[in-house]
Amino acid sequence: MKHSILAGMMAAAVFVGWTRAQQPPPQPPTTTQQPSEIGVPIVGEAGNPPRLAVPDFIALSPDAETVAIAKILGQVLWDDLNFEHEFAFIPRDVYASIPKATSLSDVPFDRWRELNADGLVIGTVQKVDAGVKVEVHLYEVRTRRSVFGKEYTGAASANPRRYAHLVSDDLHLSQRALHGVAQTRITFASDRDGERMKNTVQKRDVKEIYIADYDGERQTRVTVNGTLNVFPRWSPDGRSIAYTSYGKGTPQILISNIFQATREEVTRGNDENWLAAWSPDGTKLCIASPREGHGYTNLYVLNRDGSGLRKLTSHPSINTSPTWSPSGTQIAFSSDRTGNPQVYVIGADGVGQAQRITTSESYADKPTWSPAPYNEIAYTAKTGPGNDIKVIDMATREVRQLTFGEGSNESPAFAPNGRHIAFTSTRAGKKQIFTIARTGKDLKQLTRSGNNEHPDWSAK
Amino acid sequence: MVRRIAVILTAASLAAAVACHKKAPPIARPAPPPPTSTAPATPPRPPEPVREPTSVPAEPVRDDAIASASLDDLNRNSPLKPIFFELDRSEVSPAGQKVLDENATVLKRYPAWAITIEGHCDERGSAEYNLALGERRAVAARAYLVAQGISADRLRIVSYGKEFPFDPGHDESAFAKNRRAHFVITAK
Repeated sequence: MKHSILAGMMAAAVFVGWTRAQQPPPQPPTTTQQPSEIGVPIVGEAGNPPRLAVPDFIALSPDAETVAIAKILGQVLWDDLNFEHEFAFIPRDVYASIPKATSLSDVPFDRWRELNADGLVIGTVQKVDAGVKVEVHLYEVRTRRSVFGKEYTGAASANPRRYAHLVSDDLHLSQRALHGVAQTRITFASDRDGERMKNTVQKRDVKEIYIADYDGERQTRVTVNGTLNVFPRWSPDGRSIAYTSYGKGTPQILISNIFQATREEVTRGNDENWLAAWSPDGTKLCIASPREGHGYTNLYVLNRDGSGLRKLTSHPSINTSPTWSPSGTQIAFSSDRTGNPQVYVIGADGVGQAQRITTSESYADKPTWSPAPYNEIAYTAKTGPGNDIKVIDMATREVRQLTFGEGSNESPAFAPNGRHIAFTSTRAGKKQIFTIARTGKDLKQLTRSGNNEHPDWSAK
Repeated sequence: MVRRIAVILTAASLAAAVACHKKAPPIARPAPPPPTSTAPATPPRPPEPVREPTSVPAEPVRDDAIASASLDDLNRNSPLKPIFFELDRSEVSPAGQKVLDENATVLKRYPAWAITIEGHCDERGSAEYNLALGERRAVAARAYLVAQGISADRLRIVSYGKEFPFDPGHDESAFAKNRRAHFVITAK
């Protein structure tokens, strides 16, 4: 009874949150491609990335809301496009010298040429009956030709950042054949609410599951369980989050369907179950459980409704932290069968010997397998008093290090295009979520309130 | 509910009467729980409703602070002491064995008690692996208690990994306190 009330409250909370933010299922802005203008990639000079300018959008309606949206769109789009480094950018502070266009027909291309812009991303925002219409173009400055053009319409209350994220992903796909991550989200566990665990005399903070946009904006609480909720993982379709919850005393795997505002129990009973990882097709979960006793932990695979449990590893040691290969045929995990934990790979059918991957670490855990085109595994490595994030190339077995002892760094999770990694770091004091490029550049702090940890990056 | 409390109260007063006539307990008696000397003696609360329907213990309940304390009061100043582990290890040390011997004595004295053994780790290992390491510590503590004759049915285990450090510090003395098996009385 109490549970169903809680679930109901959770449902209401999530539903209200999503409705206000105009999240899917009501798919936000709809798109109209302008068919005459597709697919011509803009190029830079002599092999350099094209130099783009992304000024504020043009407000075609004079009201304050439209003007504000136009400004936000330009700024967020600049950040979104810059995140992938496919283009070079003319800094925004230089744009002030260029007269503002009042429509797409009076864009001062000559002036943009003076700044050596190869491309100009500019758009308009207009109030329409249905809400807001946004038209975006990428112009080749030299020829004044539109090489990308799209229209987006959505409710006026839609968060303007969502338009920018959508435009950015469309632009990257059309211009660079790249799957951008501007529309993706990151989930994590947080104790920011300062709520205390019940049923204990110890001072212990509740941790709940949160989500945020990939850039750390719009952080939203997903669970209202009032207990320890940790290690969230996005389902491949981005509509559900599986996590480990201690609500019934022993840790169990739950799934929050964040758009339906429903909750499923994947595991139940007295056995402990941790660290769910979704198969790429979203039908199965791999979990770790010490259910056989003796202090051994092994991996199990089961259907998302909890049926069809089978044991994946059978080793008298700790075998934990599962992650699926992008193809779904293999599972990487950590095992301390030789002493401290190391990363291993085994077939998803459990047949055959586990193959050891990390050989130069004293301690390696939490593998995360990058999507194509990269074939890499990032992991937590003990490097001194704390941990750091490292990446191993599965073909060459070369290891590169992304963090270097700034606080302790752990729990890496790849972005769906393999170019970025989210992780937990104590470098700013408490535990916070950061993102970093796979090259080790572009470190960015996403969270600042309370402790935030165990990030996972959505595929969509 | 009311009836159950009444039963317990009756049992307690009966036990008190019995205790007056008894000379010595049948087992070596550990020093009764050391209520911290500075803490003002809290008046014994009426027994809390038990969580699970347990029959009145066969062993007479003694009229002491432990028998009459609530679960929360018991756990706040627990007669069951934690044991501590070396970095990345889960073996029970000689010092830990001594503590577990005393815990076993308490558990024999209060046979209705059910406990949860929590396994915990310090912050230096990874969050994910630490779940399994904490489990190993809880399992090691339980195995030792079972070897001392405590029924495994009374001993649930759960690992919290490094999620709930006892000492929030980031130095060796904090780490040493956080690598522990912690005992929580869940029923009496």
